[in-house]
Amino acid sequence: MIGEELVQLLTPEGERVSHPEYESSLTNDQVVSYYRDMVIVRRLCNESTSLQRQGQLALWAPVQGQEAAQIGAGRALAPMDFTFPTYREHGIAWCRGVPPADMLRLFRATSNGGWDPQRYRHSVPTVVLGNQVLHAVGYAMGVQRDGAEEAVMAFFGDGASSQGDVLESFVWASSYNAPIVFFCQNNQWGISTPMSVQSKIPLYHRAHGFGFPGVRVDGNDLLAVYEVTKRALDNAREGGGPTLVEAYTYRLGAHTTSDDPTRYRVDAEVEVWRHRDPIERVKALLVREGTVKASYFDEVAEEAEGLALQLREDVLAMGKPDPLTLFDDVYADYHPLIEEGRREMVELGVAGGEH
Amino acid sequence: MATTTMTMAKALNEGLRRAMEANKKVLVMGEDVGKLGGVFRITDGLQKDFGEDRVIDSPLAESAIVGTAVGLAIRGYRPVCEIQFDGFVYPAFDQIVSQVAKLHKRSDGVYTMSLVIRLPFQGGIGAIEHHSESPEAYFAHTAGLRVVSCSTPEDAYWMIQQSILHDDPIIFCEPKCRYWEKGEVDTERAPLGLFEAVVRRPGRDVTLVGYGASVRTMLRAAEAAEAEGRSLEVIDARSIAPLDLDTMAASLERTGRLVVVHEAPHTASIGSEIVSALSERCFYSLRAPGLQVSGYHTPYPPSRLEEEYRPSVDRILDAVDRVMEFDS
Repeated sequence: MIGEELVQLLTPEGERVSHPEYESSLTNDQVVSYYRDMVIVRRLCNESTSLQRQGQLALWAPVQGQEAAQIGAGRALAPMDFTFPTYREHGIAWCRGVPPADMLRLFRATSNGGWDPQRYRHSVPTVVLGNQVLHAVGYAMGVQRDGAEEAVMAFFGDGASSQGDVLESFVWASSYNAPIVFFCQNNQWGISTPMSVQSKIPLYHRAHGFGFPGVRVDGNDLLAVYEVTKRALDNAREGGGPTLVEAYTYRLGAHTTSDDPTRYRVDAEVEVWRHRDPIERVKALLVREGTVKASYFDEVAEEAEGLALQLREDVLAMGKPDPLTLFDDVYADYHPLIEEGRREMVELGVAGGEH
Repeated sequence: MATTTMTMAKALNEGLRRAMEANKKVLVMGEDVGKLGGVFRITDGLQKDFGEDRVIDSPLAESAIVGTAVGLAIRGYRPVCEIQFDGFVYPAFDQIVSQVAKLHKRSDGVYTMSLVIRLPFQGGIGAIEHHSESPEAYFAHTAGLRVVSCSTPEDAYWMIQQSILHDDPIIFCEPKCRYWEKGEVDTERAPLGLFEAVVRRPGRDVTLVGYGASVRTMLRAAEAAEAEGRSLEVIDARSIAPLDLDTMAASLERTGRLVVVHEAPHTASIGSEIVSALSERCFYSLRAPGLQVSGYHTPYPPSRLEEEYRPSVDRILDAVDRVMEFDS
């Protein structure tokens, strides 16, 4: 199923392999640190699923299985680069420094965003498939006009790859040679829609038709994702234009906590991908090469446990917002209907109640 | 006072030019806006003077014109997008209502959606299908957007500049059949704020409210009515969302009779909104129900029939007769 064009630097068994075009540049310290990132992101994700099951979140979109894709890409970014996520980029948000509790504001339903996108250079989550990819291209056109050495990364999945906005983004980026990396996590399923319905050719082949390079990377291989993404980002910053990176991966969990994947895919398929687990792969490498002491893995697990507890505390402390915030920031300037609504709510004294 | 006579098309062009001179972050983007100067020549000569980086000839995809403008706005630019014709705005509808309208709120005020979407709208130029529509109500309905329309060259000159300076996203509706009509433009001082309505002709018996191309038609109706001894007050709404209801209510409280004129079908239209809002405000002054003279509830017709479809002087006068017949 996985084609020979797949860039891989680390096998599922944790063995390094060579590739004619890419070579791992990661130091041992980096690999150790990014392993920690992946473990933490998975633990926080599991905690979020639990919180949803306990009625504390309206919804959760799990990222299990895609940790290498997101930590590899997230750590390849430079601080001044700007990123445009979907609602599943928890690993990217982690790399950008977004506090975990802020990532959950959307899912706790206390905000439609959750963090200051300029502070973290990580835009607010976009729920409509593909919309944010055009924003990323426009932002990149602004970078060009400013003469800045920055790159932009747009995130989307195999599902959104059929959206007009994504394909229009390819046209625009190509036409203007915009400094952007299109990072597509092909996790094989758009809720119940399999990849075979979305495209008859490998997704990364599409880039060639639009006039820029496309690369398929093993999305469960931290080392390969990092190198492929970093090269694409460097190329964008140097004026080389866009690249499509297809991170070939798998959504081990449900689309969201509202989904039941047993209705549309077989366990055997999931099992195959469990053997390609992105975290186990790096752990096997670290063990094989004796990079860390055996106690390191427990230390990381313990740290992740602590962060999960903290996340739970922070989320439970997140109460209902003040109803009057409904009227904040709808417009930048005075608007009579906003004032009318605010006045009505204040005069009524209560806003909620039975429906 | 420095007044110059010019067409609305020229006034828009001069307004854009002045905004681009004042602020390097102002960009013009859209289909054919550069070398060609736009199909209506509104952006004529701007690319030559400001360069291809600031006057961007785009590929042909409306969602991308607006979607990339969002990204440019996030980066601190103030893009002015041209949608070539009203009927071609729908591919961009998703970006406009899901993103342009909501990103300021979603980012807790961090992102400023300082973009203008220019939309040549309404009919009257004998065009083929999709070139004569009035989609303003779709946008007026969406929180986060503002919608304005100019009816004179002077308003065109100032309102486009005021829209570009404004920090909220603005759908800027241009009555394309009035592009070539000339008028006096005071280039030194803006006569009005962007969201103010204005009384274009004072009268005693009936208040007519409209915007865009309908303003000229209402003025012609008022002239014709005067010959019959009826005095019609004509209000140019100018701002479609939000509406300047104070100016309209002040008039209606004097006349007691209201006719709203626009080219869209009347169901869930700006006309419906004006009638509804003013009925609430002016209930005890009303001497007749507010009426609408609008397009019919049909698709915009082949243009051989557009003069029957669009509000005409006769249809306005007929509505005036009907509100005058109520004599409470």
